Amino acid sequence: MENPIIVTLEKVTKRFPAGKTQFTALNKIELTFRKGEFSGLVGPSGSGKTTLLNIIGSLDCPSEGVATVLGKNISSLSHKESAELRNYGIGFIFQTYNLLPVYNVYDNVEFALLLQKLSGSQRKKAVMDALEWVGLADRAKSKPSTLSGGECQRVAIARAMVKRPALVLADEPSANLDSQNSHMIVQTMKRLNKELNTTFIFSTHDEKVMQYLDRIIYLKDGMVERDERKSEG
Amino acid sequence: MLELKLAFKNLYGSGLRTWLNVTVLSIAFVIILFYNGMLDGWNMQAQRDTIDWEIGSGQLWHPGYDPYDPYTFADAHSSIPPEISTLIERGDAASILLTQATAYPGGRMLNTLIKGIDPNQKILKIPSELLTADNSDSDYIPAIIGRRFSQSARLKEGDRVLVRWRDSNGTFDAREVTIVSVFQTNVPTADLNQIYIPLERLREMTSMYNEATLVVLSQGAIAPQQYGGWSYRDNDYLLKDLKDIMTAKKGGSTVISGLLLAIALLAIFDTQVLSIFRRQKEIGTYIALGMTRKKVVGLFTIEGTTHSLLAILLGMIWGVPFLLLLQKTGIPMPASADQAGIAIADKITPYYGAGMILTSVILVVLSSLVVSYIPTRRISRMRPTDALRGKIV
Repeated sequence: MENPIIVTLEKVTKRFPAGKTQFTALNKIELTFRKGEFSGLVGPSGSGKTTLLNIIGSLDCPSEGVATVLGKNISSLSHKESAELRNYGIGFIFQTYNLLPVYNVYDNVEFALLLQKLSGSQRKKAVMDALEWVGLADRAKSKPSTLSGGECQRVAIARAMVKRPALVLADEPSANLDSQNSHMIVQTMKRLNKELNTTFIFSTHDEKVMQYLDRIIYLKDGMVERDERKSEG
Repeated sequence: MLELKLAFKNLYGSGLRTWLNVTVLSIAFVIILFYNGMLDGWNMQAQRDTIDWEIGSGQLWHPGYDPYDPYTFADAHSSIPPEISTLIERGDAASILLTQATAYPGGRMLNTLIKGIDPNQKILKIPSELLTADNSDSDYIPAIIGRRFSQSARLKEGDRVLVRWRDSNGTFDAREVTIVSVFQTNVPTADLNQIYIPLERLREMTSMYNEATLVVLSQGAIAPQQYGGWSYRDNDYLLKDLKDIMTAKKGGSTVISGLLLAIALLAIFDTQVLSIFRRQKEIGTYIALGMTRKKVVGLFTIEGTTHSLLAILLGMIWGVPFLLLLQKTGIPMPASADQAGIAIADKITPYYGAGMILTSVILVVLSSLVVSYIPTRRISRMRPTDALRGKIV
């Protein structure tokens, strides 16, 4: 039996003002993502990868079309509902990690849970579990400034995963990492995808990442050029 | 509260920048307390001294008496109504007779006011008991004067000075009075150009037997509003000039406090603007992690306001010992300060009332809340995607 669809994009178009005209970043995108997918949006700069991730992550709204994420129509959500969707349902991993510099590793990972009504002990267990997953339990008290790029990205993965979201969006997660760290990061995410059945959607143009993806969606000029799935096994 | 916890973490993490802002604000806070405490202390001391030395707990005035019009003094005297005499006999009031005179110290001519006061009165702090000096010479008139008049007239204890006055018939008369003592008071209006002599001697000199110009009441004395045309003046009325001066001074201190506070708040405002500019990615991250923009605005506002809470704490740590020390030692005033015409002691003891402290705390917290909030309004207009990219807003 196939996993349920958790993201549906129907004729999603996004335009941005560019001087007196408008620039079309996404043009009538039609896509669906099922639970547990490990897929990637691939394409050159300006192809619309990040814009599409932003819409799926409810950080932005489509100019036209309907984006339904975890059963919610993104365009119809209020600020509060949109924040709730991100807090409970979606994890983000950024190219530049976006760790909060004044917090230590533990606090950074715990942050996402502070917005949820969890007890201190529940939060502590969840944070330590997440740090175990990424192999950084021993660096819980370290400040981000003392970590390497790979370690920072692992903290970001832990932060995205700690609330056990249904969907994780990773925007060029390996762009600032060396080859070894890139492999390690993607392997970690792949493992979490298998163990927790979390859906991962990447935006990337990194070949090292692509080799791990089960599905690759090629974007060009804001349109889906190809949608390839790797066969099982 | 999540925002407060995060705000403290962020402030703690900001290190030196936080502490510089907090230090500046704490200095402003303590100086505001000091300045207001000094004025309140001065105000209380001035009122207390004026009551003790000059006005007592209210006065009954002859209907013709107007302290602002010296021309009224000549006619502002009459026999004391029997009801008021009862108060005086009970020791609840003391009568004073005023006569304009001219003194000739060292050949110079000075306009003075002769005040006849009962040597046995205990209501005012004027050391009138010194006027009871026993002397068999019928021409001997003991007099006491204040330090200011002593200095301006160059008179000292033991000096004799000629004074000239007009009696009740308008006839000029002159006698020498002997300065038996020079007293020290903080109240210039009980001192400058005034000569105190025994009441009965003045009555005798002016042929105003059993007459008075005004009657000073003791604390607790119940005075009717009108006694035979004499008007009751309560302390609110009698202290009005002093209170007006204090209100004017308070206005000046408010401006200075406001300027100090504005400088400190400018530092917070500047930090807030810089924070929001430099921490756009962080703001975007907060939103991506599930905070609403309203919560982020709240977080930054609380973060800015927390400067004031820390400043108050820091101000308590160094300011409380400093302010208490000043309260203990007093604030020395320059010798010329009392020339301003209001009661001022050699040292002012600051008074830090709970109301003043609470008002200052609320003022500092509320004003920092406002200056912290104003820059954060940008956040609510910020697109999270732009913030995440660190795009300039």
